[in-house]
Amino acid sequence: MIRFEGATKTFPDGTVAVGGLDLLAATGSITVLVGPSGCGKTTSLRMVNRMIEPTGGRIMIDDRDTASMDAAQLRRGIGYVIQHAGLFPHRTIVDNIATVPRLLGWDRSTTRNRALELIERVGLPASFAGRYPHQLSGGQQQRVGVARALAADPPVMLMDEPFSAVDPVVREQLQEEFLRLQSELGKTILFVTHDIDEAVKLGDQVAVLRVGGVLAQVADPATLLRDPVDDFVADFAGRDRGYRGLGFRPAPSLTPRSEPAVTLGTSPEEVRRSGNAWVLVVDDDRRPLGWVEPARVTEPVATDRLHRGGTVARLDGSSRAILDAALSSPSGRGVVVDDDGCLLGTVTSAEVVAALQSPPGPDSSGQP
Amino acid sequence: MNDVLKWLTDGAHWRGGEGIPLRLGEHLLYSGLALLVAAVLAVPLGLWVGHTGRGRYLAVNVSGGLRAVPSLGLLFAAIMLLGPRLSGEAGVFIPSELVLVVLAVPPILAGAYAGVEQVDAAARDAARGMGMRGWQVLWQVEVPNAMPLVISGLRSAALQVVATATLAATVGLGGLGRFLIDGLSVRDYAQMAGGAVLVAALALLVDLLGATLQRLVVSPGVTGQTGRSTARTRRGGRLRLALRS
Ligand SMILES: Nc1ncnc2c1ncn2[C@@H]1O[C@H](COP(=O)(O)OP(=O)(O)OP(=O)(O)O)[C@@H](O)[C@H]1O
Ligand SMILES: [Mg+2]
Repeated sequence: MIRFEGATKTFPDGTVAVGGLDLLAATGSITVLVGPSGCGKTTSLRMVNRMIEPTGGRIMIDDRDTASMDAAQLRRGIGYVIQHAGLFPHRTIVDNIATVPRLLGWDRSTTRNRALELIERVGLPASFAGRYPHQLSGGQQQRVGVARALAADPPVMLMDEPFSAVDPVVREQLQEEFLRLQSELGKTILFVTHDIDEAVKLGDQVAVLRVGGVLAQVADPATLLRDPVDDFVADFAGRDRGYRGLGFRPAPSLTPRSEPAVTLGTSPEEVRRSGNAWVLVVDDDRRPLGWVEPARVTEPVATDRLHRGGTVARLDGSSRAILDAALSSPSGRGVVVDDDGCLLGTVTSAEVVAALQSPPGPDSSGQP
Repeated sequence: MNDVLKWLTDGAHWRGGEGIPLRLGEHLLYSGLALLVAAVLAVPLGLWVGHTGRGRYLAVNVSGGLRAVPSLGLLFAAIMLLGPRLSGEAGVFIPSELVLVVLAVPPILAGAYAGVEQVDAAARDAARGMGMRGWQVLWQVEVPNAMPLVISGLRSAALQVVATATLAATVGLGGLGRFLIDGLSVRDYAQMAGGAVLVAALALLVDLLGATLQRLVVSPGVTGQTGRSTARTRRGGRLRLALRS
C-alpha cells in the first residue's frame, strides 16, 4: 500500500508541482494517475521512490515513512519503469534485467535464471538474452524495462508512461500483457499516463489530477466515466464517455433470438431459403465465421466470400461488447456466443438499448 | 626519397649508443610517462565533472586555454624557471615532460567529461531509480558508456604527445627528435626526413594500439550505436596535425 499524506513539492523556483496530495494506492491493485500535461503526475510518482524529495507531507509504504529509509535501499525494493525504458546500452538484455538482483547481492546463477525466466515472462524469445538494447525495437525494449523492474520481485511498482512511446498496435499488446502479468503477480502499482483511455483500461482505481498536483477525483473507472465530479473531470474523461462507460457495465439480461445459420459449402439455393438479406455462416462446431448476402451468392459458400465485419459478444461480457456486436454486424443482428465460442443467437441494437434503459433487475447479470 | 630509404635501411643507424632503437626507446619513455601523468590527472577529474556537472565551466575554459599555449615557448619558460632549481638532466627533463603533460591534458579531460555527459539521461535516471548509489551509477553505467570518448581523448593526446616529444631534443635530450636536430645542424636532410618518417610511423603504431584498446574495452552495445564516425574524423584530424609537426 502506498499512502500520500498531504504530499507537496515546491521546486526551488517556486513552482508548486504537487500541492498537498492525499491518495491511497491499495495493495495488489493498479492505481492510475492521470491528468493534463504538467499537472504533477511524474513529480508525484517520483516522490514515492524519492527521486524527488517532497517538501511537505509524507508518503508511506505499508505504514513506513519513506523519508525514514535509506533512499537507495528504498528504491531497490520498488520496481521503476520509465517512458523510454532507459536500458543500459552497454549491457546485454539478460544483464540489464539482472541489475537489481546484483545490487542486492544475489548469487550469480539465481540471478541469471531469474533474468532468463523474466525474458520469457514478458513475452520475448529466450534468444534475446545476449542481445544489446539497440538491437531491439522500442516495444521490445519497453518489455525489457518491465522485466528489469520485476527482477527482484518488488511488491511495489512505479510506472511513468511506460507505453506511450510505442505505436498504438504495440501499445495495445503491451497493455493486454501487462494486465495478464498483473493478474498473476498482484503487485501494488502506481501508473502514470496522460491518456484517459489507458487509465480506464488499466486502472482498478483512477486518480485525476488538475494542474498544481491537486486531486480532482479518485474513483473506479466506471464511476469516473458515469459520474465525473465536475466539468474538469468530465472534459478530461472525454466526449464518448457514455459509450466507453458501457465497457464497465455488465451486459443486460437478454435472450438472443435464434439465428438460422449455414455452413461452408452450402449451395446458393439453400442459402436463399431463409429469405433474409444476410445469412450467418458457421463452422462445423457452430462457431460463427461471417456473413453472406444471398443475393450475391452464385456458388457454394466459400471462406473468401465472407463478410467479417461483425464482432461477437458473450452474454456475460460487457454492455459495450454486446452493443458493439449489434452495431458492427452488417445484418444489424449482433452475434452472441457461449463460453466455447459457439453460436447462441443474435440480438439487435434496439433490443440492447431497450434492455439498458429498463432499470437493471436485482443483480441481473455479471455472474459467471 | 632514395636517400631517406638508404638512411633508414642502413644497418649502422640501427646499432649503438645513438642508434634508432635507443632513440625510439627514449621517445616512447618521454611520451608514455607524460601520457600516464596526464591520464591520471585528467581522467578522474573529467569523469567527476561529467558525473556531477560541477566545475564544467572551469574545465571547458582551462582545457581551452591550455590548448592555446605554444609548446616551444612553454618549454623555454619552464626551463628558465625550473632549471636552476633542479640538478643535471632533470633540469631539462622535467620541463619537457611538463610541456607534454600540458599538451595531453585538454583532449583527455574533454573526452572524459563529454563522454559522461552524453550518456543517455534515461539510463542514468533508471540507474538511480533502481537503487544505485552515486558511485555505482558512475562506475557501472556512466564510465562504460563514456568509454568511446574517453579513449578517443586518450588517442588524440597520444598522437600529439608522440609528435611533440621531438622537442625534447632541442634542449639536449634524446628521442627521435635528435635525428631532426642533428640532421639540421650538419645539413643531413636524409637523416632529418628519416627521423620524421620514424615519428610518423610511431604515431600510426600508437594509434593502432589505441584502436585495439578501444575494441577490447568498449562494449559492442555502445559502439554499435554511437560515436564511431565522430571518433574517426577526430582521429583523422589529429593524425594530419601530428604528421605536419
Ligand atoms: N526541476 C523542476 N524545477 C521546476 N519546476 C519543475 C521541475 N520539474 C517539474 N517542474 C514543474 O512541475 C510541474 C509538474 O511537472 P511534472 O513533470 O510532474 O508533470 P507531468 O504531470 O508529469 O506532465 P507530463 O504529462 O507532461 O509528463 C510542471 O509545471 C513542471 O514545469
Ligand atoms: Mg510526466
